[in-house]
Amino acid sequence: MAVCIAVIAKENYPLYIRSTPTEDELKFHYMVHTSLDVVDEKISAMGKALVDQRELYLGLLYPTEDYKVYGYVTNSKVKFVMVVDSSNTALRDNEICSMFRKLHNSYTDVMCNPFYNPGDRIQSRAFDNMVTSMMIQVC
Amino acid sequence: MEVAAGGGCGAGPPLLLSESEQQCYSELFARCAGAASGSPGPGPPEATRVAPGTATAAAGPVADLFRASQLPPETLHQITELCGAKRVGYFGPTQFYVALKLIAAAQSGLPVRTESIKCELPLPRFVMSKSDAEIRFGNPAELHGKKVQIPYLTTEKNSLKRMDDEDKQQETPSPTMSPLASPPSSPPHYQRVSLSHGYSKLRSGTEQMQPASYETRQPIGQPEGSSSEGPGSKPLRRQASLIRSFSVERELQDNSINYPDEPWRITEEQREYYVNQFRSLQPDPNSFISGSVAKNFFTKSKLSIPELSYIWELSDADCDGALTLPEFCAAFHLIVARKNGYPLPEGLPPTLQPEYLQAAFPKSKWECAIFDSYSESMPANQQPCDLNRMEKTSVKDMADFPVPTQDATTGDDKQALKSTVTEPLPKDLSEDTATSKDYNSLKARPRSRSYSSTSIEETMKRGEDPPTPPPRPQKTHSRASSLDLNKVFQPSVPATNSGLLPPPPALPPRPCQTQSEPVTEADLHPQLNRAPSQAAESSPAKKDAPHAQPPSKPIRRKFRTENQTTESQEPAAAVGGAASAAVVKPHPTVQKQSSKQKKAIQTAIRKNKEANAVLARLNSELQQQLKEVHQERIALENQLEQLRPVTVL
Repeated sequence: MAVCIAVIAKENYPLYIRSTPTEDELKFHYMVHTSLDVVDEKISAMGKALVDQRELYLGLLYPTEDYKVYGYVTNSKVKFVMVVDSSNTALRDNEICSMFRKLHNSYTDVMCNPFYNPGDRIQSRAFDNMVTSMMIQVC
Repeated sequence: MEVAAGGGCGAGPPLLLSESEQQCYSELFARCAGAASGSPGPGPPEATRVAPGTATAAAGPVADLFRASQLPPETLHQITELCGAKRVGYFGPTQFYVALKLIAAAQSGLPVRTESIKCELPLPRFVMSKSDAEIRFGNPAELHGKKVQIPYLTTEKNSLKRMDDEDKQQETPSPTMSPLASPPSSPPHYQRVSLSHGYSKLRSGTEQMQPASYETRQPIGQPEGSSSEGPGSKPLRRQASLIRSFSVERELQDNSINYPDEPWRITEEQREYYVNQFRSLQPDPNSFISGSVAKNFFTKSKLSIPELSYIWELSDADCDGALTLPEFCAAFHLIVARKNGYPLPEGLPPTLQPEYLQAAFPKSKWECAIFDSYSESMPANQQPCDLNRMEKTSVKDMADFPVPTQDATTGDDKQALKSTVTEPLPKDLSEDTATSKDYNSLKARPRSRSYSSTSIEETMKRGEDPPTPPPRPQKTHSRASSLDLNKVFQPSVPATNSGLLPPPPALPPRPCQTQSEPVTEADLHPQLNRAPSQAAESSPAKKDAPHAQPPSKPIRRKFRTENQTTESQEPAAAVGGAASAAVVKPHPTVQKQSSKQKKAIQTAIRKNKEANAVLARLNSELQQQLKEVHQERIALENQLEQLRPVTVL
């Protein structure tokens, strides 16, 4: 299950970050922060600009004992980072990928709102609902 | 508080008032007292007695109050006699309270005697905004607010304050209903009513503005007593007018709340209004309003950005960053509701779903669409109803359209609508060329007449427009450019926004109208919000609209196709051809329609004048504010200068 989901802007500041209410939210924030380096590494490693779901999905960024961190980058260099509980081994890559796709769709819906300025924090209720569903459902 | 009835009535034992009665009476008394700056004025309306001394400027407050109790005049006479007002010549507190108690007694069916008031009675009922004390009793603040209205309450506004849901329905016919101006902080109780009331108020437009705006929905902070009316009404009016300035756009909010539990239902009038606004932004009702255009438009509602963002999220069902007509109506309705204090729903209510809206109100949409195709420069922005009159035959044909189109209510319904519109259109054109030709001929003739005045309007309009950024692109040329081009392009702008009926062939009166209206508009334009400017411009616009015709036929066809959106280009071309031939058409049919057009135009003119008056008032108030602020600023600057050398040293 996704314990933390974050949307990072191109300039590497968070547009949206949400964790399951556990005691260690700061820890998740740190993990997301450190994962940005890995994301950048992977992006630069990708030579061609293939607009493909697979290229957008970065896969497992790095594992820790308790958690796994997955990454996804959009064409506009907005990054989605998801921290998943390692104990939940049933999660496969495909599922993670589909979760990212849902995130991406919701994000584009947020962008379509003319009252949303790119670069603002995401305050859309629809987006929140979608993220909540993702964080609960995979539990 | 015991009221010594003996003082007033000459009856024996003192008058015992229950707590609720005390509260109610004291409020009423304060209100009447405030209005009359002293003890309330002389009581009986029929009395020719001149009030002694200072107290009684107007028979007003007390008389109105008594009249509002809906008792027959003889009863009121008796009451006033009994309470002793006649004897002492004025309504002091005791007399007033006794009178109120007697009114309660009379309303309960007891005879008007001093004995009647000894027993426990319900509170007197006044069919005015002010004291439905029984109903409203729990909310003294609200009572305050309403009270201010007494002098204005008189006739029609009465039912307003029932505050029951039924009243909303009553108000539909009576345009002079309560104003909208309800700040969101108002108690939830009247919020629902205010939505319906506000609409009618707005619709009734300006003349109602002043008295109306004070209706029940006073801000809670209204001080007690109508003496507050003066200053209190001013901020209220300002607030009301500010809200109204945007609300003029939503004029037709009205009694959408026919179903009190369904504030999300859009009435026909509201729907028309929304459609008109849509057309002002985007002439083609089947197309979209882009996000930025809609953003500018909705930002004028002065709601906060997060709220607007949320409303957009709710209404843009397909999340494409653009609003179709049903989406736009839903968004507009949500904004209206929010402005009236309704909390935003968690999800889009079923009555606001695009499919529902499209199915429920296909006709008006269609009329607009058809009308668009018919008149190259007269999209029926503001008055599809009027168009109905003119194009009776075509409307009947239009009724066929919703049927095939409703079948295609899927995500692609827009395209379906488009295609169905285009197909039947040429067919209808051939049938109804007479009407369209009449339009064109009508347009042609008046245009030549008001030629001179239009330039003034155009330049003024162009000059005024920049301060209030309208969503529509300004395609007009500067003053230096040729008059022909101005005539050609100018109508295209207002035509897209507010196509009204062409002016009637009776030319002599029109130039005067066109001249007078632009003059008033000139003052108002800087303060105009976009929608009111459209309303104001609509009348000169409609006079401008015809002007496009005379310059030349090729030009006409050209800007017609400009105006037309994609789907109506073909019919537009056909209409263009027909129109040019139509100029030669016989006059009799023209005459018949001209009178209808005249009526329509006159009503439009009247409405615009009302809107102008409202805006003029707003303007003057804002100017005053500006002056005051300037003075303050000067004073502060002086102070600063005085202080500065001291500190430097």
